Amino acid sequence: MSAGDRPPGPPGPPTPAGAAGPPGRPAGARDPGLQPERTRLAWRRTALTLTVVLLLTLRLAFPAGPVGALLAGLALLGWGAAVTVCWPRAAATGPTRTGGRTLPLVALATAGFALLGTALVLRGLW
Amino acid sequence: MWQSIRRWFDPRELRAVGSTPDYRFSLANERTFLAWLRTGLALVAGGLAAAQFLPPLPLAHLRELIAVALLLLGGAVAVHAVDHWARTERAIRLGEELPASRFPAVLALTIGFGAVLLVVAVLARAFGNR
Repeated sequence: MSAGDRPPGPPGPPTPAGAAGPPGRPAGARDPGLQPERTRLAWRRTALTLTVVLLLTLRLAFPAGPVGALLAGLALLGWGAAVTVCWPRAAATGPTRTGGRTLPLVALATAGFALLGTALVLRGLW
Repeated sequence: MWQSIRRWFDPRELRAVGSTPDYRFSLANERTFLAWLRTGLALVAGGLAAAQFLPPLPLAHLRELIAVALLLLGGAVAVHAVDHWARTERAIRLGEELPASRFPAVLALTIGFGAVLLVVAVLARAFGNR
């Protein structure tokens, strides 16, 4: 991309305090870095990765009897909660939002999957 | 420790300090968090895959050991991700230096050490079966 493609925005570090406007900025003001869009796509990749982890957990849990079924249900609940809180960030509609409780909740779901998987692996030992 | 955990879940307290930065900085911080989180999820997926798809290894329970190590490492990465995000957001709001962390170095060394260990295990099996 040549320099001529860009609007005459800040070349170096962006100017502070919403020079390109706050999240609900007026139409027409263009963010040269497409930051909201990149962040949305990052949320989508994360939700997809969570789904892959859920499927691997279910595959491990289903042959493990009633305890496995219980852990599989827990995994499904955790995945559902995490994807539900991710969804407003990953969807293309609505204002761009940052921070908040969504981040610790999704991290908590990830740590929960780690503990669930550990329980399933240890259960397979005896 | 409990205080920092409470801080992660209380966005009002984070918004109370300093001044609101350019939203692009907050978004970049959030993407860094998400990249760390996916790193953690990849480690968890690796652990789950090791438990299901690896053949039994020459050492008893080595497969389960690898799986549990990867899973717990993934969980630790997720906790580090949210802690680092909150501390970075705070530093950005206060105009301070970004927090330094030993975590990436520790993670890299742990994974490197684990890889060397696995190479030894694979070679032991290849030459031990003759």
